[in-house]
Amino acid sequence: MLAKRIIPCLDIKNGQTVKGVNFVNIRNVGDPVELGAEYSRQGADELVFLDITASFEGRKTFVDLVKRIARNISIPFTVGGGIHEMKDVDTLLCAGADKVSINSAALRHPELITEVAKQFGSQVATVAIDARQDESGEWTCYLNGGRVPTERHLFEWAKEAQERGAGEILFTSMNHDGVKQGFANEALARLSSELSIPVIASGGAGAMEHFKEVFTTGKADAALAASIFHFHEIAIPDLKHYLAKEGIPMRIV
Amino acid sequence: MKVAIIKYNAGNIFSVDNAMKRIGVEAEITGDAELISKADKVIFPGVGEAETTMRYLREHKLDEVICNLRQPVLGICIGLQLMCKSSAEADNGKVDCLGIFDETVQRFVPTTQISKVPHMGWNTIQPVDGNPLFNGLPRDPYFYYVHSYYATVGPDTIATTDYINPYSAALHKDNFYAVQFHPEKSGQLGEVVLNNFLAM
Repeated sequence: MLAKRIIPCLDIKNGQTVKGVNFVNIRNVGDPVELGAEYSRQGADELVFLDITASFEGRKTFVDLVKRIARNISIPFTVGGGIHEMKDVDTLLCAGADKVSINSAALRHPELITEVAKQFGSQVATVAIDARQDESGEWTCYLNGGRVPTERHLFEWAKEAQERGAGEILFTSMNHDGVKQGFANEALARLSSELSIPVIASGGAGAMEHFKEVFTTGKADAALAASIFHFHEIAIPDLKHYLAKEGIPMRIV
Repeated sequence: MKVAIIKYNAGNIFSVDNAMKRIGVEAEITGDAELISKADKVIFPGVGEAETTMRYLREHKLDEVICNLRQPVLGICIGLQLMCKSSAEADNGKVDCLGIFDETVQRFVPTTQISKVPHMGWNTIQPVDGNPLFNGLPRDPYFYYVHSYYATVGPDTIATTDYINPYSAALHKDNFYAVQFHPEKSGQLGEVVLNNFLAM
């Protein structure tokens, strides 16, 4: 049975983990490789490393980091942040990333998805979508980490991304992100039924029940979270045992 | 022990090299017929498209080199598919492959809304006999998969996975082994399988 995936997301600035936590058995919580390896030991199914560095020097550090992750971590990992063109994708995949997550650049230049899928295969092309629902119920896609609204709507954009060769959609609901009241299950269920590629849910995890809901009601294939894992609010082994008991297919390590 | 990783026009080859390094084995990534033929173990990995990769293997005479190997060989993902008789991943719907295994490679046809293609993520395998490739694994072990095409089930099948339909998760004939999943990305259990292969 195909397992539902639990994916911790690590924010990276200048090669170091932002908001790193204190796991008892790792020495340097700022080191993304150590933190990622610990999550892998705990049973994380995949990892996402998001580069939030702005500077050129920081970018170079990130590429070196991706090489270290690839050498040391034995589960799949996605990298995102600061991907503007094919050259960035090429650099990160050559450094050993399994997938790249493309967000603003895909909205600005949708043909980037087509090019990545053609050259490297759909399996590496994760299209990340940040969207906010307004009072009328419409979901609008945003650029630049949720700062700039666009003309595009969530469902038609996700469909276009799939048609252009995206291998997965990573959907973050800006309404739910950081609120810890659960995922955007209604929108997720609609995305999942309209698309034939996997959907990763992001934004809103606050309790273990929220993960159960996102996999049942929300029909998501994977769930991504950051702070609840980093701040020890939920431990991955506890979460996976709970979900398995609730009848969700889980890989328990 | 000399381990050769076959270098050709497929992606994901370096992740196998990284996995080898993690388990303490220095492998050589090479497209050189002599180095491949002389290695103690050969790994044929990759992610790619069947028709393009098959054409490359023929142009570089690597098809003959691979078929003539007598030492243990492990195909991974597209490696497994290219070791089959033919694949449906071609412009005209069929490309002849290496024919080491009698199985053919088909595209997944989703039957319901919940079966997504590509088959991406962690799924269980069911070994069908006591093949040494799967020594030391727990019941219903999970491995990481990314693929849209699968090999049918037949006499050479040594493990199956059921996704949309049952298919060959692993094949074995003589010195040739192959897995559809990615042991190099499957955490600790993946390393068990790689170590089992290196111990052949």
